[in-house]
Formats: sequence, C-alpha cells, structure tokens
Amino acid sequence: MIFQPPALALLLALSLNALLMAVAGVFAVRLLRHWNPALASERQIALERQSYLVSSLAGLSLLVSLPALALFVYTAERMAPFFTGAMCAVGSLNANAWGWPALIGLLIYFFIATAWLSLHHLDRLGWDYPLIRAKYRLLLLLAPGAVVVASLGWLYFLNLHPEVITSCCGSLFGAQSESVAAEVASLPAAQSMAVFVVTLAVTLLVGGVHLVTGRLGRLYGLLSMVSLLVSLSAIVAFISLYIYEHPNHHCPFCLLQTEHGYAGWLLYPPLFLAAASGMGVALSTASAGKDSLKTLGPMQARRLAWVSVLGFGVFGLLVAGYILRSNLVLIGA
Amino acid sequence: MIELSSVDKTYNAGKANEYRAGRGVDLRIKPGRVTALRGPSGSGKTTLLGLIGGLTRPSSGRVRLDGRDISALPERFLTELRRATFGFVFQQFQLIRGLSVLENVMLPAAPTGEPHRQVVERAMDLLGQLDLADRADTPCQRLSGGEAQRVAIARALINDPPILIADEPTAHLDSALSLQILAILGELRAQGRTLIVSSHDPLVFDAGLVEHIVDLRDGRVVAEQ
Amino acid sequence: MRAWIERQRCLIDFSVANLGRRKARNLGLLGAYILLVFLLASVVLYGDALRREARLLLADAPDIVVQRLSAGRHDLIAADRLDALRALRGVRRADGRLWGYHYDPTLAANTTLQVPLVNPPGPGETVLGATLARARGLNPGDTLALRGDDGAIRAFRITGLLSSASELVSADLMLVNEADYRAFFGIPAGFYTDLALTVGNPAEAGKIAEKILTRQPGSRVILKDEMRRTYDAVFNWRQGLLLTFLGTVLAAFALLAWDKASGLSAEERREIGILKAIGWETGDVMRMKFWEGALLSTCAFLAGYVLAYLHVFHGGGALFEPILKGWSVLYPKFTLTPQIDLMQLASLFFLSVLPYTAATLAPVWRAATLDPDEVMRE
Repeated sequence: MIFQPPALALLLALSLNALLMAVAGVFAVRLLRHWNPALASERQIALERQSYLVSSLAGLSLLVSLPALALFVYTAERMAPFFTGAMCAVGSLNANAWGWPALIGLLIYFFIATAWLSLHHLDRLGWDYPLIRAKYRLLLLLAPGAVVVASLGWLYFLNLHPEVITSCCGSLFGAQSESVAAEVASLPAAQSMAVFVVTLAVTLLVGGVHLVTGRLGRLYGLLSMVSLLVSLSAIVAFISLYIYEHPNHHCPFCLLQTEHGYAGWLLYPPLFLAAASGMGVALSTASAGKDSLKTLGPMQARRLAWVSVLGFGVFGLLVAGYILRSNLVLIGA
Repeated sequence: MIELSSVDKTYNAGKANEYRAGRGVDLRIKPGRVTALRGPSGSGKTTLLGLIGGLTRPSSGRVRLDGRDISALPERFLTELRRATFGFVFQQFQLIRGLSVLENVMLPAAPTGEPHRQVVERAMDLLGQLDLADRADTPCQRLSGGEAQRVAIARALINDPPILIADEPTAHLDSALSLQILAILGELRAQGRTLIVSSHDPLVFDAGLVEHIVDLRDGRVVAEQ
Repeated sequence: MRAWIERQRCLIDFSVANLGRRKARNLGLLGAYILLVFLLASVVLYGDALRREARLLLADAPDIVVQRLSAGRHDLIAADRLDALRALRGVRRADGRLWGYHYDPTLAANTTLQVPLVNPPGPGETVLGATLARARGLNPGDTLALRGDDGAIRAFRITGLLSSASELVSADLMLVNEADYRAFFGIPAGFYTDLALTVGNPAEAGKIAEKILTRQPGSRVILKDEMRRTYDAVFNWRQGLLLTFLGTVLAAFALLAWDKASGLSAEERREIGILKAIGWETGDVMRMKFWEGALLSTCAFLAGYVLAYLHVFHGGGALFEPILKGWSVLYPKFTLTPQIDLMQLASLFFLSVLPYTAATLAPVWRAATLDPDEVMRE
C-alpha cells in the first residue's frame, strides 16, 4: 500500500462516493416500486421528498468523479518513480492487474453519472416527472458502479508493491507489443490523422445541422461518442508524437507532465466536456417523446449541442495548433 | 377561480394520533371577492386555507386552480405556482428574527431569480404604502404587533400575487389595530385582489368587508352565505 | 442564466446573514474545521517539502556505490578494486570514500565523520555541519576535541560551517582530511569505506551494477535510483501514517458536522418552515444550506491552509517535525522551499471538504423537507 496523500484522498473520495450512492440505490429501488404521482398519499409525498436527497447524492457523486479521475491519473504519475521501469502513469497502472480497470471504470462511471444528471435535469423541466422511471433505472446502474469503482481503486492501491518491475509506455505502445494499445499506436500517422479529421468534421457538421434544424440529435450523440474514442486513439497514434516531438513516444499520460507544457490538461477537458454534452444532446432529443418535454427537450438539446460543438471545436483547434507548432515531421517531407 | 371537490385531509393516517382536519369539502371561491372561513378553533379553517393555497396536499379529492388540477403537481411546480398566485399572512406574523424588515419582505422573491434591485424597489414601495418606509432597516424583532402584521402583509405582496390568504389576521391585535389591518385589506380588495381569510373575530365580519362566508365545523362545510 | 445568477446571489445573501445570526455556534464549527484543515495541510505540505528536499540532495549523490560485504556485514573495501571498476564500460569516474560514525557522549548522538572528495580541510582542521556546531555551541575558530578509536584525544580547529541548504543530510556532519580520518579511526591506507562511481548514462546504471556483481561477488551495489525510492517510501510511509491517524480526527469532525447540521433548534425549524410557507421549495432551502456550507468550507479551507503554510514554511513544521523527519537526536533546522501544487490542493480539498459535505447532506435534506404548512399548524 502506498501512502501518498493524493492516493489517500482518492480512496476516501471513492469510498464515500460508494457509500452515498449505495444509499441512493436503496431509495431508487423503493421509488421504482411505489412511485405513483396520481396519488397524494403520504408515501408518495415521502418518495417525492426522497427524490431531492437522491438527486443531491448523485450530483455530489458527479462532482466527485471528475476530480477523482484527474487525481487518479495524477497519483499514478507521481508514483512512477517507485516502480522500476515506470516513467509515467502507464508504468504505475501496469504495476498490477487493477490499474487499468480502475481508470477505465472511473471514466465510464463519469460518463454514466453525466448521463444521469442530464436525465435528471430534463426530468425537472417537465411538470409531471416525465423521466423519473428512466432516471431511477439508470441510478440502479450507477449505484453498483460506484461500489465497483471504489473496490477497483482499493484493489489497485492495496496491491501496489514498490519492488515490482513494471513496463511503461515504451513497451505498452511499442512496436513489438501485441496489445490493443500497441495496435492503435502502430496505426500509420497519415491514416489515423485522416480518420480523426473526417470524424471530427462529420461530427461538427451534424452538430451544425442539429443547431440549425433541430434534427439529427440522436445521431449527434452517437457521433460524439465515436469522436471521443477516435480522438483518444488519435492522441495515442499521432497527436502525442507531435507534442513530444519524438516519432516513437505514444503515451497519452506523459502529456500531463510539466515537460510538455501540461498539454494534456488543456486537451482532455474540452474533449470530455464535448463528449458528455453530446450524449446529453441525444438524451434530450429522445426525451421529446414525452408530452411535457415536447418543446423543452429540444431546447435543452440545442443548448447542450452548443457546448458540445464548442468543445469539439476547441479540441480540434488545439490539436491543429500543436501539430503546426511542432518541429516533428511525420507526413510528407 | 379555485375549486375544491370532495377534499379530505388526514394527518398521520393509520397511526394512533390520526386526525381528520378536512372531510369531503366542496367549495368554489370566485376571484375578486373576499371570502371568509368562520368556525371555532379546531374546525379546520387553517387546514382548509392550506389546501386552497397549495401549502397542503389533499389526502383525496381534487383542488383546481383556474381549471388546472394542482393536487398532484410536483413540489417544484406547485411552489412556483403558489408563489405566483398566493400571498400568505400567518397567524403569528412569522417573521424571521435577526433579519431587517426589508430583508424579511424580500424573502419570497429570493427563489424567483428577479434582479435584486428591482425587488428592493418594489419592497420599498410596498413598505411606503403601509407606512413602514422608515422601518426598513429595523430588525423585525423590535417591531410592535401592528407593525409586524403590516410587514407580514408587505411580504405576502412582494411577488404581486392576485390572491391573498390571511389566517386570523386580527387574532393578536387590539381593536384599533385590527381596524387598521381591515382597512388595508379593504384597499387590497379595491385593487382587485381576491382575499381569503379565516377568522372567528366578530370585528372582521361586522366590518362589511366579507362577501362570502363559509362556516366550518369538524372539518366540514356546514353553511355558506 | 441571469435569473439563475440572481437567485444564487439572493440565496448567498441570505446564507451570509444566516451564518452571521448564529455566530457562536458557527464559530465553534469553523474553529474545528480550520484545525482539521490546518493539521491535514501541515502534514501534506511538510511531507511533500521534505520529499522534494531529499530528492534535491540525492541529485549530488553518486550514481553507484560499491561496498564490500564480509559475512553479510559492511566491511572496508580495498583500493585496488578501483582500477577494475574504472575499466568497466560506461563508468566515467570512480573514487574511494571515507566516512564513519563517532559516538559523541556529550551530545549522546552520533556524529558522521567524512573525508570530502574535493577541497579537504587541512591537517587538524575541520568543517562542521551547522546543526552540530549549534548543538555544541561552537563557532569557526573554536577547537573541537574528540577521543579517537585508539583512546587518544584529538583536537580539530573549526575553519568553517556547512551551508544550510544541505542541512537535512549535513546536520551531524564533520569533514576532516584523509590523514586525520585514518588516524582517528585507525584505518590503514589502501582501504576505503566504500567506492563511489559516476556513470556516463544514468540509464545504464542498472546494467553496470549487474556487471559489478558478477565480476566482484561479495559486494553490495547501491543505486542512486534505489536510494531515491527508499527515501520516498520512508517519507510516504510516515506521512501516510500521520494522515491515517488524522483520519480519526476527520471522523470526529464529520460527526461534529453531522450533529450540528441535524440538531436543528426549534428556532431554525420555524425559520425553514416560514421559508417554505412563503414560497421556497425544498431545493431552494437545500441550495441555501449548501451555500452556507460552501462559505464555511471556503473560509475554513483558506484559513487552515494559510496557517499550515506559515507553520511549515516559516515555523519549521514544529508540530510534526519529530515524526516526519525521523528520530535523529540532532534535528536539522532548515527552511523548506515553499511550493504549492494544484493536485495537492485538490487532495486536501477531498480530505476535508468532501467529508463535511457528505456528513451534512442528509441532515440538510431532512431539514429542507419540512412541511410547508407546518408554520400554519403550530
């Protein structure tokens, strides 16, 4: 066990989060069983009150999960010197079997929590609790999710042994490795750049169409998820190379270090924001099927679409900026 | 127009201290008039005021406001509707100690998101109308009974509601002050507001202000004039 | 958006008024809160600063140290091994080091005698670590007399003090020249305490160490990297131990916050009832309470952090010094370089504000869901 203050803070945050969400989960089960807005029974009033507690719990959870994600990556970075062979977060994450599942779990949890919050927001707009069942069903996924993420976090930190010799980004993204990550990294730069540019352009285009006509909201949601995955692979495949100015350094985490001008801290937030609100666009569009959200749903979709399109736009511009400023030449020349 | 149809209200249902404060109430309240609920204490006046004003949800039956059923509205919307429609004056003034008169008057506007300056202007205006302009900064625990009741009225009017609900508005005041308050209520009526009061004070009924009297006993409407 | 801002502004106004109206009670909670942040922040700031300091010091340490083991114990090493080591590919420099401990009965502490590789003091002269000089009340020009291993008393004239920048390690250090050292400890020429290697490429240090072990079995090879890891691990462990201990303080604080938030006075219940009756909904009351908590947390966090900063970087971390730095009798008295980093702040925030928020959430909710008609029913 490594007693780093950020690690302790992270474990505390994840555990508290799991506890709170477990409470919320119990409420969710009760609410799904007994909810009936036609009644003004004392139980119905009590359930309505409990929904305030549950939404605060979920809101707090989202508020925790985002900094927790940052803190997790940061802790992994900071622990790297403990492990022989580790130079950055990748090495620390490889130090046992739980590192990657914990990180990916936290990332997925963050997106589900965001989805929950946008459902909640929509539900509050309608006067007849239009999405309350959908919302609480999703919570039944979120609550165990919080427990899983916390457990993964504990497993990871409890099973860290400094004497372990780990392999770092060089081997994970290196040519001789056979992992998915290595395959992504070994994609030819020109090809992956083309895929990246086309995906981002199509997403922005569909976003524009949605903003003008209010249509294609669901497609946009799908595309923004695709864009997130494509962008993450693009970071590994070629964006990182330009930033490091090194033709073989593919790591998505070293970007977060001082030596590289904290590029990662600039790139990741707009990307995640754009993807999360893109998902909200799809949910809001879909919610227009409910009577009480017929006009409010699309309005919300539009608002989120602005945020999302701006996010992807900023991300695209940043990437272009880094590539143009870089002294590395991968294509042509 | 407010309509109550077969409204029941039971507190602590199924428990030893179960208490039925409203039984099968049918009532229509027309806009622009002064309605008074009359009856001895414990007859359900206050509960009925709460039901009319959306503070209390009926255990069964329907409450309609301008044709819209408000009994099953989510709390958020019910509160919003209530804020826009009703102003409340409670029996014991119910001002918040430690806050100034002005701050107390502005409280109901806080959740509306209206610009602060606009609310201050309107509050000062109301206080002026009620002869309280010079008391704006006074902490409200230093007010006399008559002043406190006028502050409570100003607070009830801050969101400019069409309907004012007053629970025993003269209960804690002597005759002179009671008449003063009744005069204010008369003015509000003249402005076109709907007034709904509860009282067992003969002064209220003798003042010639009330147009519609509802007699209550044990949670039931026993007579209407 | 504008309405939202106006609403928050009104709620904040009301929260501020509320905090002010219940001063005695809130001050108590604020005091406990500040103390908590102060303790946590002190440990984190102090530990991090020490770790950084140690790393700076290690920057000057040799890449590889070779020691001879005899029956598993560290023994003197023959000087003739130096040539073999110099011959290894990748080794840029190899020097013999002389150092050792002398138990000083007056201080009841160990002094480290060392022969510097460059600029050794003249015969009969010494340069002292500032802490040691302070402990013995010595100044440059004074004479320090010590009993050597042969029982003879030797006097050293102090020609200078070591600068403070390196005090963590140099605290108990006494530099002497080679001849004095050998005479003092009775170590024959041709032997060293250990050997220090500098390598061309630090990344090759591991490979070179392997080679040394195969060619010179019975030696112990210590890598700078390993030393850094050990240092880090020790500091982390101690810091973590303290933080875990502070976990109980944290739990106590969370209980206090929970208790304060759930023990609503009749007056407060009445006020919340009024607010709900005049048109606030549950969410508005919760937001108002949230702002109260946020204001309290921000004040406590800032005050606690600033106090901890002063404590660590200007007060020398007096409270935690003995635990974090070790139990050496001669405490180095050095000033740490102030440094704040964002993630450290984030961790502290997680460790203090999050438990507070979590502890108060349920009581706040309970208070906010009072019946709006309660005021009328009293």
